[in-house]
Amino acid sequence: MATITTPPSLRPSSSTRAITRIVLIAAAVMFLAPVYWLIVSSTKSNPDLISSNGLLFAGNNIVENYTALMSWTQGNFWRWVGNSMLYSTVAGVLGTLVSVSAGYALAKFRMPGKAGIQLAILGGLLMPIALLTVPLYIFFNGLGLTNTIWAVIIPSCVSPFGVFLGRMFVDAGVPDELLEASRLDGSGEVRTFFTLVLRLIAPAMVTIFLFIFVATWNNFLLPLMMINSAELKPVTLGLYGMMSYFSPQYGAVLQGALLSVLPLVVLFFVLQRYWQSGLTAGAVKG
Amino acid sequence: MSTLTRPVAPERLASEQRAEANRRRRWREGRIGWGFFAPFAILFALTFVVPILVSIRSSFFTEKAAGDSLYGGGGLVETFAFLDNYAQVLGNAIFWEGMGRVLLFGAVQIPVMLGGALILALLLDSFIVRRVAFFRLAYFLPYAIPGVIAALVWTYIFSPGFSPINQALVALSDALAALLGSPVDLTIDFFAPGTIIASMATMTTWTFMGYNMLIFLAALQAIPHDLYEAARLDGASEFAIVRRIKVPMVGQATLLAVLLSIIGTVQLFNEPTVLAAVNPWMGNDYTPMMLAYSSMMGTTSPSGAGPASAVSISMALIAGILAAIFALVQKRSTR
Repeated sequence: MATITTPPSLRPSSSTRAITRIVLIAAAVMFLAPVYWLIVSSTKSNPDLISSNGLLFAGNNIVENYTALMSWTQGNFWRWVGNSMLYSTVAGVLGTLVSVSAGYALAKFRMPGKAGIQLAILGGLLMPIALLTVPLYIFFNGLGLTNTIWAVIIPSCVSPFGVFLGRMFVDAGVPDELLEASRLDGSGEVRTFFTLVLRLIAPAMVTIFLFIFVATWNNFLLPLMMINSAELKPVTLGLYGMMSYFSPQYGAVLQGALLSVLPLVVLFFVLQRYWQSGLTAGAVKG
Repeated sequence: MSTLTRPVAPERLASEQRAEANRRRRWREGRIGWGFFAPFAILFALTFVVPILVSIRSSFFTEKAAGDSLYGGGGLVETFAFLDNYAQVLGNAIFWEGMGRVLLFGAVQIPVMLGGALILALLLDSFIVRRVAFFRLAYFLPYAIPGVIAALVWTYIFSPGFSPINQALVALSDALAALLGSPVDLTIDFFAPGTIIASMATMTTWTFMGYNMLIFLAALQAIPHDLYEAARLDGASEFAIVRRIKVPMVGQATLLAVLLSIIGTVQLFNEPTVLAAVNPWMGNDYTPMMLAYSSMMGTTSPSGAGPASAVSISMALIAGILAAIFALVQKRSTR
């Protein structure tokens, strides 16, 4: 990094350093405090939540809260987490394949209508997704798809940003010469795609998968409109229902919130370098 | 050798053959390309194009019960209403109140969020800081928490009974009261009609600031470092480098971040919906997106696909116009 090469005369003064560090640490505290509060509060009973210091642990009520969480969700809690997992994974895998395939087409083939496609994808990127949900509901209701898992999975597979990333990753990672060589060896187009192209950009595909996975997991309006049976709810929708319908044991709701974010946070941190490569790509898009 | 074996056939024939082969190759290429593009094209049509067309169509229709009895009967009949739905939306005070709320919200929240994100990114990018990875992760963590869950957690953080913020303020008030000898109350009612927008803004800023910071940071780190060296040799201060080089160079990223934020703000839904679950006075039409949802679900009047579509399309148009205005202003001011 530049730190090493900067001559001493140009180094910032120690007060600048101190201020910078204080600001950054204060910001980190601000961002982490609610998460910390969530962890602490998920262990408390209702009286403890009111009487004890919000930032300190009080009596251990974890088991009681967990029991309450299970009974209030009528045993559906882990099912909801499983649903979220299912929707996000299927949408992520399908969406990644579809995006990469489309990106490959845009990057490597001269196709009629390409300009129009690119305009449509740009429009899709800037289209308010929430506004699409009302018409999507009307349309899917007409098809009889509402209150099925497909009502959540199909729209989640479609990612204009995924196509954009796919195209960029193919451009950067798949040399024309390799494609030519593969064709000369008699490999069909489909085989070339699955054995060569996908393998070459496999690490980049993790990025697209992660984007779609997170977007699907975080989506609320779409399942809110499309799903009404308790067995099909994703965990976001389930917890919202729990919060609005019961006069709850707050610690239980908070424990549910904590348990529902854990899988995502873990995934996030394990795969974060892929996530960042996607953001970098997005930022220089211009 | 090749010069000797080169065919003496007329040049024209060869070039025609080449053109023909080219055409054939191109056609083949286009076909294969579309083959690979087709899955996305079909899904895109299914989830973007067709619903938008359906929505535009249905915004011009209303559904009425066919029968004459009190409760209708005989099913619903669609009648062409032309601009009636739009007239109703645009003449609906609730729609404009909601729109006013989200625009006020955005006018304050977007600059705060993006300004904060830019400052944090600049600080992290400066060579003063080590352990960048830790800060990056800490700032980004909230984005990993689904909006609804974040709203739920914040709603509890703000709730009158056990808000840790108010707990601290109570302690502070007591200390001040002891000092001054008169009662002091510094606690905040986060759910009061006047403050709830600020509470909402806190939630969304918390969720998205780190995300935007990463976008800025990525753009900053793409700037070639020679530029800074050159500026330093010319005697530029660090502040001047930030103002003259770094900030202008992230212009594109800023534009994109603002456009996405404007669009995101107009469709504000998760946070007010969660807040409304514990604050019934907010109703089910606090923001335009909530109004659209309630119209669709029949919990507000006028209800049905027609009015809901009209609300959605009006919102999309307003968001689009705002985004376009901003993009134009930005372009003109940087020229």
